[in-house]
Amino acid sequence: MGRLRARQPALHGRGRQRRQDVSVQTRWLGRLWPRTAKGRRTVTGYLFMLPFILGFLLWFLAPALVAAWLAFFDWNMIQDPTFIGLGNFRHIFRDTLFLQSLKATTYYTLGSVPVSLVLAFLFALLLNTKVRGMAIFRTIYYLPSIVPAVANAVLWNFVFSTEFGLVNALLRALGLPKVPWLQDPEWAMPALIIMSLWGLGYTVVIYLAGLQGIPEVLYEAAEVDGAGRWAKLRHVTIPLMSPVIFFNLIMGIIGSFQVFTAGYLITAGGPQNSTLFYVLYTYRTGIQYFNMGYAAVLAWILFFIILGLTLLVFRYVGRLVYYEAL
Amino acid sequence: MATQSETVSVRRAPGSRPAIGRLVNGERLWRALIWTLLLVGACVMLLPFLWLVTSSLKTELEVFQYPPKWIPNPPQFQNYIDAWTTKPLRHPGFGIYLKNTFFIVILNEIGILGSTSLCAYALARIDFPGKNFWFGIVLSTMMLPAVVLMIPTFVLYSRMGWVNTFLPLTVPHFFAASGGGAFFIFLLRQFFLSLPEELADAARVDGCSEFGIYRRIMLPLAKPALATVAVFTFIWTWNDYMGPLLYLAKDPNKWTVALGLAMFRTFMWQRTRWDLLMAASTMMIIPIIVIFFLAQRYFIQGIVVSGLKG
Repeated sequence: MGRLRARQPALHGRGRQRRQDVSVQTRWLGRLWPRTAKGRRTVTGYLFMLPFILGFLLWFLAPALVAAWLAFFDWNMIQDPTFIGLGNFRHIFRDTLFLQSLKATTYYTLGSVPVSLVLAFLFALLLNTKVRGMAIFRTIYYLPSIVPAVANAVLWNFVFSTEFGLVNALLRALGLPKVPWLQDPEWAMPALIIMSLWGLGYTVVIYLAGLQGIPEVLYEAAEVDGAGRWAKLRHVTIPLMSPVIFFNLIMGIIGSFQVFTAGYLITAGGPQNSTLFYVLYTYRTGIQYFNMGYAAVLAWILFFIILGLTLLVFRYVGRLVYYEAL
Repeated sequence: MATQSETVSVRRAPGSRPAIGRLVNGERLWRALIWTLLLVGACVMLLPFLWLVTSSLKTELEVFQYPPKWIPNPPQFQNYIDAWTTKPLRHPGFGIYLKNTFFIVILNEIGILGSTSLCAYALARIDFPGKNFWFGIVLSTMMLPAVVLMIPTFVLYSRMGWVNTFLPLTVPHFFAASGGGAFFIFLLRQFFLSLPEELADAARVDGCSEFGIYRRIMLPLAKPALATVAVFTFIWTWNDYMGPLLYLAKDPNKWTVALGLAMFRTFMWQRTRWDLLMAASTMMIIPIIVIFFLAQRYFIQGIVVSGLKG
């Protein structure tokens, strides 16, 4: 692709200088090539953009249109699709699993996002100090967040094992009773939330970048005014970090509403659908039970839930964000 | 950090007053507190890793012991060989999974580096009508959750007969249409914007085409940003589970390492061999950790850009 596109501007350049030398076969390309500078920029620009534009049309617009079309059909991928109007949408109100998956996902989001937001902020504050061995500490905090989801799932499945898992071994060492983490509908979700907290290194790094962007002058000025550690944190760090906290909040919500692998591999949605995440339910509906129309509706609903939540957060939390007047 | 220099100067003065002495102690205490908290946190973060590695070196019996042994004696390195060579139910084993994964990774690297850098170059350096519109489109595709397109994309691929081939996992990368495509375009665009225009002008005077400027001047200068893209593409492709699950699950000869590891457990229908599972998981994590240590700089840079765009 790249080479083909490369030839045209090059040909053009040669064509202008030594028009007679251009061979008959390639002259038509020279004619297509615009004469004005603006026209040339337009053609070059769109040639460079071509892969993305095709990708956008084929992998975003086309699937989005297909999803919109599917929403009004009943289709199992074997027989012909039948038009059922709003049938898929009406089905949602009778679907207890839909409600359950929404509940499970909300529980997960409420459990993991706020805790990881606060915990990651504290870690970032600690990691932003100048004490010995900081590079090693930063690496240790970040590493868990790049562990492949599958390896993560296998590992934590074992860590939460009732009889010989790490967590229950620690509880036993403290004289506490064993917890049937992944077998009990009450405990399965807390287990997955704890597991998600292990991967907060990504959030920590974003916080750290924000913390390092705060000008030292502001702290010095605060010190001159007699501010202690708490006052500096409260009146300099937190206000200046609020856009980053806000970013992490939104990314956290968007991410946690799309959790799939943990529920699929560790608990398979169980026990008693207590960890039936929304995306897992969509996957089952579409890819396992071939109920394509309904799965498309579920996907659209997720899109609007995420969009709605993001807008709500912008509306109500966004006003707390302090944007520097710089 | 102003307090730091203060401490140093105070420490050098031998006959310091009691008030300043208290300040030194306070500062020391504070540092000790920070250090202790960091250490406790680090232990919590490392514990699952340690558990993983020790379990992978235990015998099948030792895995079930209480209290758990932290240093298996003797370490069962055989577990790694067993996990690698086990081919349950005539499945091809991790050698093939690794080969498949590398095949996909290499194609994806070529595809994503080419397509995103071309697009980013146009958005940063070529003044064409509709540029802002297309930049808006790039950003908006970043906002769309991938899950929304899962079902229709699956339908389209099955219609095209692409299921059980590598095509769904590779071809989108050549059109910047994979998960991180828009993010990479954004990252590279920012980088191209930071390069001096004089270089391009000089080349233009010498009769260099726009593609020549992109290829011979801008790409070599953009190596650090391209490295970030390459590292993230490797990690995401290596870690990707949903893609192979959707499109390769039915043909074990095409499984990736991630899919193979996930399926590894389901083969153990008689009893779960945690020692082997942990060995296989460790083997899957090691390349990621190696890449992280080799390319830490690019890694952090990528995350920082993703955080600052918000």
